[in-house]
Amino acid sequence: MSTAASNDFPTSAKVVVIGAGVVGNGVVGHLAELGWRDIVQIDKGPLPNPGGSTGHASNFIFPVDHNREMAALNLDSQRQYTEMGVNTECGGIEIARTEERMEELRRRMVSAKNWGIPARLVTPAEIKEMVPFINEEILHGGFYSPTVSVVDSLRAGTIFRERAQALGALQTFANVEVEDLIVEDGHNGTRRIVAVVTDRGRIDAEYVVICVGVWAPKLAKMAGTYIPLTPAVHQMIDVGPIPVLEETGKELGFPIIRDMDTFCYERQSAGSMEVGSYAHRPIFMKAEEIPSIKDSRLSPTELPITMDDFDPQLEQALELMPDILGTAEIKYAINGLLSLTPDAFPLIGPMPDVENLWSCCAVWIKEAPGAARMLAEWMTHGQPEIDPHHSDITRFYEYARNDSHVRARCAEHFQKTYGIVHPREQWASERGVRTAPYHDRTEALGAVYFLAGGMERPHWYESNAGLVEKFGVEGREHEWDARWWSPIINAEHLAMKDSVGMVDLAPFVVFEFDGPGTKDFLQSMTVNSVDVAVGKSIYTPLLDVNGGFRSDLTMLRIAENTYRVMTGAFDGPRDKYWFTSHLPADGSVHFQDLTSSYAVIGLWGPNARKVMGKLTEADVSHEGFPYGTTQEVLFGSIPVRLFRISYVGELGWEIYVQTEHARAVWDKVAAAGQEFGIVPVGAGVYGTTGRLEKGYRLMGSELDGEYTVVEAGLARPKVKSADFIGKAAYLKHRDEDPAAILCTLTVEDHLSARDGIKRYMVGGETITTPDGERIVDRKGRVSVVTTAGSGPSYGKFLLLSYLPPALAVEGTDLCVYYMDELYPVKVAVVGSTPIFDPTDARMKS
Amino acid sequence: MPRILVCVKRVPAPGARITLTADHTAIDVKNLGFTTSPHEECAVEEAIRLVEQHGGEATVLTLGPAEAEEQLRYAVSVGIAKAVHVTHPSLVAETGWDPQATAAALTEVIAGLEAADGFFDLILFGNESADAGGFQVGVRVAHKLGRPIVNGIKSITLGDTAVTAQRESTSGFEVYNLPLPAVLGVKEGLNLPRYPTLPGRLKSKKAAVAVSTVEPAAGGLVTENFDNAAELVVQTTMLGTGEAAAPAIVDLLERLGLL
Repeated sequence: MSTAASNDFPTSAKVVVIGAGVVGNGVVGHLAELGWRDIVQIDKGPLPNPGGSTGHASNFIFPVDHNREMAALNLDSQRQYTEMGVNTECGGIEIARTEERMEELRRRMVSAKNWGIPARLVTPAEIKEMVPFINEEILHGGFYSPTVSVVDSLRAGTIFRERAQALGALQTFANVEVEDLIVEDGHNGTRRIVAVVTDRGRIDAEYVVICVGVWAPKLAKMAGTYIPLTPAVHQMIDVGPIPVLEETGKELGFPIIRDMDTFCYERQSAGSMEVGSYAHRPIFMKAEEIPSIKDSRLSPTELPITMDDFDPQLEQALELMPDILGTAEIKYAINGLLSLTPDAFPLIGPMPDVENLWSCCAVWIKEAPGAARMLAEWMTHGQPEIDPHHSDITRFYEYARNDSHVRARCAEHFQKTYGIVHPREQWASERGVRTAPYHDRTEALGAVYFLAGGMERPHWYESNAGLVEKFGVEGREHEWDARWWSPIINAEHLAMKDSVGMVDLAPFVVFEFDGPGTKDFLQSMTVNSVDVAVGKSIYTPLLDVNGGFRSDLTMLRIAENTYRVMTGAFDGPRDKYWFTSHLPADGSVHFQDLTSSYAVIGLWGPNARKVMGKLTEADVSHEGFPYGTTQEVLFGSIPVRLFRISYVGELGWEIYVQTEHARAVWDKVAAAGQEFGIVPVGAGVYGTTGRLEKGYRLMGSELDGEYTVVEAGLARPKVKSADFIGKAAYLKHRDEDPAAILCTLTVEDHLSARDGIKRYMVGGETITTPDGERIVDRKGRVSVVTTAGSGPSYGKFLLLSYLPPALAVEGTDLCVYYMDELYPVKVAVVGSTPIFDPTDARMKS
Repeated sequence: MPRILVCVKRVPAPGARITLTADHTAIDVKNLGFTTSPHEECAVEEAIRLVEQHGGEATVLTLGPAEAEEQLRYAVSVGIAKAVHVTHPSLVAETGWDPQATAAALTEVIAGLEAADGFFDLILFGNESADAGGFQVGVRVAHKLGRPIVNGIKSITLGDTAVTAQRESTSGFEVYNLPLPAVLGVKEGLNLPRYPTLPGRLKSKKAAVAVSTVEPAAGGLVTENFDNAAELVVQTTMLGTGEAAAPAIVDLLERLGLL
């Protein structure tokens, strides 16, 4: 147990949890349940409401979310609140004032089906029946979700603490202010948390968890690190008394209304109506500027309202509920503070640069108990049950770890809280922050850039517009399907497969490991053996302890003790943390992040060898440069590393070039390819059409912590003898029948019965039986489209999805549920065999 | 039909600790919201009620910085018909004028308003402002206008030619009859002020606010500096828990002479 000073304040603890809002309380509750003892929890405020965001939250949960991880956290939280007896179902309706919003609500029907959440679309008349005081004349319809609930988050926090206390695991101290976090140097240049200094004394701690919401940046700074969130204002007013609400005699007698198009909600609170808004201008604060408890009239996170910002919403609320809001009085109005992050996901997990310091921040009421469980499992087992891919706090590149980036992105997405966000939607802010060395060249070619790891990457080139007609590519009739897409992508695909294309892959993340311990270290991380000859490559999954995917990437053995590792732009920082946090303490492996040192250009197509032959004197014949191998060669005087590989199923190479030579190499490749009609090819081909036709799996789409190597079809016939992270689980997975198998499906008919036009899925849709029932495997996982896109060479629109073995049979007829309609699909390929060029003849000859 | 004027002041919202600027010459408003002085909120409410009973028209007037328009619009949002903003560039958020200068300015503006539209039958002030607490402006204005004034008022009955006002005394109520036109300084407890409705708030946004600029008269009160009152330190002594605490509690109650 903690050693206690004379004033009963502990001087040491196994783990100090800072914060006693719903998150901190959830964390202590779950840690205790998982066996942790000697937990000390502190908060600068009083209990049970220490004055953070929990205290003024509206406390409702709309469980449907398009994102699987967030939906899973919502549902887990609702389950926990229910189990604690503090979840009250009241139902909720997201209303549409426009046809565009109705389409979004149809998309929400798909997400509801995906996660098994009851929901139905309702007419204005049906809404009126449920909410008699609503002005249904301005409505197009609504999305009714009967399990929407309101929770008592303060009571839940108390229950969590009491459970931990009953286990003898927890001491909680209110009114204790953190003054410093003490960090000491560890091995390999790492730093480690060792103590928390408070106004009541110092607590030496093995682990520290930051659960302080809006104050997180301030505490992170104390430990010399950065938590990317900003305190932001969310305005709320309380209007009453309202007789029709008082007459219900309940906290909630009517469904909660989310007025999606005005970014507002109307939630009954006993006799009055709470109106909240996400429509106003973004109003941010710095954590250091939040007033102290003594300086606050209500609480530090309930600031005086700036009413002018709310006025437009008053008019909209009046328009929606004129009868009840016309006479009631505004009794309470605040600028409430909550946490926003640059990508709107929470910040959970180990801090990337301070060992044993953990974060569970930027978590809202609706996901709090789930997030707390996620963190506690992660600290206990090394991996939580729900894949934390989006919430993982190690996900940020350095360029994103500062207030300027955080504020720019938060300002952009704040008003998308209730917005209609396309799955392919790109950020408008913080553009041009990372660009390839030959950016001016791609710009001149009319590149349309999407971001990859914050870097501008061409998704297609307007200069290729003429190819659309040449290859007879069809457009997409529905604006939603065509948004953030172009038929040029398919044309580039066909042109590359016709002759040759060059692809900007500058965002690739490149690591280098060297030192005597390198091979053994990498063996301990990878599923497939890295013990290959120098000059050869390794494709391998990296697993977590449960045998789920942590990453998948490619390595080159470039010398006996030197490996180069290339990983995707979207997971670079996570992968970097995964490797560096496992580096041996003896210094036998040296790690370098070479991402900024190299640009990468892909050269692929049937004429790629002819182009390469003009660029270098090296032997690039199939025999001289076999598939899967790497060599350093010269392009004239410029050294480049070639890697014969392809993600698009064509003959060719990835060209790794130092950044200062990259622009020259881009020009050389373009010039050498000219006589073969070389085309610049965007990531629309690289990431979607080319990849899909080859059935290549993408981390974060097909590959995640919840599916296994076997299910993904990536298990090799033999298992290496060396031990590696996740091996025990992997061996078990190999022994059991897979619960699902990743399949390629073809869309058989695109015609919408409702719209009378062809529709094209964007990913995330439900795969159903022909009669529209969702498909759940024996582990409870649902068949959802992981990637959707054209197969221009194959000639059909392709979907990837996991299916239970009984349905994972070629020729099986199923449906895909898109925008509240069913479209027929057929299982075309079971497992990882490519649907196009199944023998890989084009690539490997 | 009575014409009623309510004079209000923009003050920091009470409830939080007041922090002073580093040089102690002003209060630090960084974390503060602003409101109408609470006594004056009751004056506003009373004016609305009197108009509801008797007809007529109520006007709200303030002397203060540009931001004080917020308090005028708030009064309009709960039902006051007209608003007058008396201002001067030297009036900024933290610094008001001294009571003499304020009273002189108000008198000048009120005289102007009355010259144009006739006497205000009743002028209401708050008993004292929530920030400066000078207890002077209402009395000075009444004196300059040559009208009767009573402070500390908690009940008002308006007649055709006189107003009856009550204030609390230690033994009950003092009742005053004042001939109209008259001035009253009212206290919190006079009524329970209403909050604005949504339509009220929206209407107040569009309301016209008359602005008059006046030059400050010389005043006799100079602010030297502010000091926070010594913080009351409360010490908690645990007498024990459960039944075991009973003897200690009895002891304490006996010592306090309560048993």
